[in-house]
Amino acid sequence: MNPAIRDKYTVVIGLEVHAQLSTRSKIFNSDSSLFGSAPNHNVDVISLGHPGTLPKLNKRVVEFAIRMGLACKCDITRLTIFDRKNYFYPDLPKGYQLTQDRAPICKGGFIAIKTKDGERNIPLNRIHMEEDAGKSIHDDHESDSLIDLNRAGTPLIEIVTEPALRSSEEAGAVLSEIRKIVRYLEICDGNMEEGSLRCDANVSIMPKDSTLFGKKVEIKNMNSIKNVQRAIDSEVERQIREVEKGNAIISETRTFDAVTGKTAGMRTKEELNDYRYFPDPDLSPVRISDEWLAAITAQMPPLPNELFEKFISQYHIPDYDAGVLTEAKDVAMYFRSTCEHTKHFKAVSNWVMGPVKSYLNEFGVTADEFPVPPAKLAELIELVEAGQVSYTIAAQRLFPELFKNPNKSALEVARQLNLLQDSNQESLQPIIDEVIKEFPLKVEEFKKGKKGIIAMFMGEVMKRSKGKADPKIANELLTKKLKSL
Amino acid sequence: MKSYASFREIQNDLQRGTISCHDLVRHYLSNIDEKAHLNVFLSVYADEALSRAKEIDHKIKTGTAGKLAGLVVGLKDVLAYKDHPLQASSKILNGFISQYNATAVQRLLDADAIIIGRQNCDEFAMGSSNENSAFGPVLNDIDNTRVPGGSSGGSAVAVMADMCQVSLGSDTGGSVRQPAAFCGVVGLKPTYSRISRFGLVAYASSFDCIGIFSKSVEDVALVLEVIAGADEFDSTVSLQPVQPYSEALHTGNTQKKRIAYIRELTSEALQPEIRENIFRVINKLKQEGNSVEEVEFPLMDYILPTYYILATAEASSNLSRFDGVRYGHRSERTTDLESMYKKSRSEGFGKEVQRRILLGTFVLSASYYDAYYTKAQKVRRIIREKTKEILKKFDFIVMPITPTTAFKIGEHTDNPLEMYLADLFSVQANVVGLPAISIPCGKDKNGLPIGLQVIADDFEELKLLQFSKYIIGLNQ
Repeated sequence: MNPAIRDKYTVVIGLEVHAQLSTRSKIFNSDSSLFGSAPNHNVDVISLGHPGTLPKLNKRVVEFAIRMGLACKCDITRLTIFDRKNYFYPDLPKGYQLTQDRAPICKGGFIAIKTKDGERNIPLNRIHMEEDAGKSIHDDHESDSLIDLNRAGTPLIEIVTEPALRSSEEAGAVLSEIRKIVRYLEICDGNMEEGSLRCDANVSIMPKDSTLFGKKVEIKNMNSIKNVQRAIDSEVERQIREVEKGNAIISETRTFDAVTGKTAGMRTKEELNDYRYFPDPDLSPVRISDEWLAAITAQMPPLPNELFEKFISQYHIPDYDAGVLTEAKDVAMYFRSTCEHTKHFKAVSNWVMGPVKSYLNEFGVTADEFPVPPAKLAELIELVEAGQVSYTIAAQRLFPELFKNPNKSALEVARQLNLLQDSNQESLQPIIDEVIKEFPLKVEEFKKGKKGIIAMFMGEVMKRSKGKADPKIANELLTKKLKSL
Repeated sequence: MKSYASFREIQNDLQRGTISCHDLVRHYLSNIDEKAHLNVFLSVYADEALSRAKEIDHKIKTGTAGKLAGLVVGLKDVLAYKDHPLQASSKILNGFISQYNATAVQRLLDADAIIIGRQNCDEFAMGSSNENSAFGPVLNDIDNTRVPGGSSGGSAVAVMADMCQVSLGSDTGGSVRQPAAFCGVVGLKPTYSRISRFGLVAYASSFDCIGIFSKSVEDVALVLEVIAGADEFDSTVSLQPVQPYSEALHTGNTQKKRIAYIRELTSEALQPEIRENIFRVINKLKQEGNSVEEVEFPLMDYILPTYYILATAEASSNLSRFDGVRYGHRSERTTDLESMYKKSRSEGFGKEVQRRILLGTFVLSASYYDAYYTKAQKVRRIIREKTKEILKKFDFIVMPITPTTAFKIGEHTDNPLEMYLADLFSVQANVVGLPAISIPCGKDKNGLPIGLQVIADDFEELKLLQFSKYIIGLNQ
């Protein structure tokens, strides 16, 4: 699209992000909320909505929702209630969804994001708790649809932003930040492909000088951050094209097709249900006492942006490093622990971002499961920094050996494998003499002024010392010898 | 076998060995059989009840029997009893078998009560005459052309006609007290949240109470103490400790009481014999040295509209789960999802239920919500406050339970509003959540029973039962 035309419009985006909470049981009964059971296995009479059954609130769900609220600096509602959202659908067993309409658990707050334009706090409207519906499976070749109610009643929080985002880039940043936070808080696995984190986007456009929002379109069915961004971009362009053609935008729900990269209409908002929200008379209002809130606050883990700031100020590592290291909590915690055992913070950062992360990626494990404890990595780093082991040898040979020798210190392993660097002139000198004796023609070249030939001598010295020669000392001795000839 | 006036007499005879539980069950079964035309029971668990009776007879012999050993109970068809049909007298639940026990039912069974069958009622407990049942009306045992009241009509008649000693019903707007009055038995609606609602098919959740029918106040007290109290499956249930009602009933409470009766008791709209009978009681109470005063309740006109707005709103949502998808009736004439919903629900629900679902859907719709639902909630709070104010000055409020004695079958079926108006006296206790009881108080010239209603303050069931026993004593 012509940027000149695009620039005529302001894009307005609001996100509704559903995070499936990783509690062991469902929100209103004791059924397991585990993903992946055989269809209709985690369904007791309450999940099935049998006559006479009543919901009983899982306190963990409230705690998880409050954790998210505290992480986003929301106001925590001290007397929170559940409402019924009434609509008919075969995967909704009670004919209503228990959700929060008027008194959500968290109000306000924000998500801090960084984009190429700088840092911004995206304001939140609310975070509320609700139950998920079951799953309908429609097969084009069958006349019947199938219903799996395992998911019915699994706990969700819905994080609703204000319509304050102005680009798909910001939307992506909000979503990755939310994913990062829920993972730090360990309240949701953040997996968008499996649907534990889902995002709907409300998109509208308005002329640059306008203050009046355009008609909003809700986009659904985006199963990755990238697709959310693609869907928004494609929808924005569609809306601009329509408006440029003189057509009005209709308020509707559209679905995103990842194959075509386009959105398509599902239903117009006018056809939507009146959900007839009202307070659920089966659940007493939930009072969040000072004590309860204090206990939840006390258990809050460090948050990614706090760690980011701390890593920069306390460990003096570059912003880039701090960003990479705080991407996931396990890595951040590993880095922080390692830094408690050495002062070479930048080296720790390099080691964690390099060999450690490669290992984690290769074996698909978390830093908590990484076989080299932080203290031992710190010891290895100290060996390198002290010149006792070269970086290359440490990374390629010593590091993998540490996994196999969990009970030995790094120094012991290095010694055992004879990897300690030779900085001893007496042991190096014979090797240097030998090399020089073996390559008289090269010595002549050096004498004639081809100084670069020294690299070849160094290579030979290192090879014969099996890499243990301290390169700095070897270089000094070699130069001295050559010049004396 | 004779008809027992109270469970205490039954227990005595069981202890003496002059009867057995097995004899008792056979006695009730033969009455059920003999009076099948009353249409009280939808299912009779004859074989089961007999074999359970044998087990309990054995327990009695070995001294291991529970508190309710020998008590034969009938359940209104709104209470879940594991592996037994449950359908709220509605076609929409055709073929439905409960997979679990209601908490109240579980507690009865744990105390060795015997459940004899499932009782007819108004569909989803909506009605005041038991004429809204998919299984046809229940007849009043005194006059078969008359209704037994509703919605727990079957449960009231079962006790009246000696088909069981005790029935459990449900009372959302008078559904235990009104049929108790029409059938001349005792009917208690406890404080809202006193008994767990888990396993009670919901009509209007913030009003629904399980209630108890029997011929004696003592039986009601005993059953209440067994089934009331905290329950992990109902988050709205009260955690107030349950008093030993049945024992405390005998210690009595001789202190003189302060009693209020509402001005409407003098209303011309009231059947004269009901007024006379209640005033007879009032006079006796005065003679006994109790203070009795007339009070005004200016909000009387707002009680019924408040009730019908809120109860239908909740009902419209509570009954959404009956959609033909997972259980119960599904229309065979469906072509797509929408027609499945529309046809299954239109075929499955009776007219009165449909009327209330529509009313409730209307008052909850976004454009009318504040005008009806929100306002009715506020009025409900005010009615509660004003009623509680009366109970600060008085121990009890007495009033009629119905404006007339049992009316003829078909008398009000063409005019639902007329039927709703008959609930005027019964719904206040539900709107406010207070415990209320209906006790027999004489008969009219046709020999039809009259009921007297007594309302007490929150969780004052013991006081209420003691006072009821006292009034019954005065009447004799």
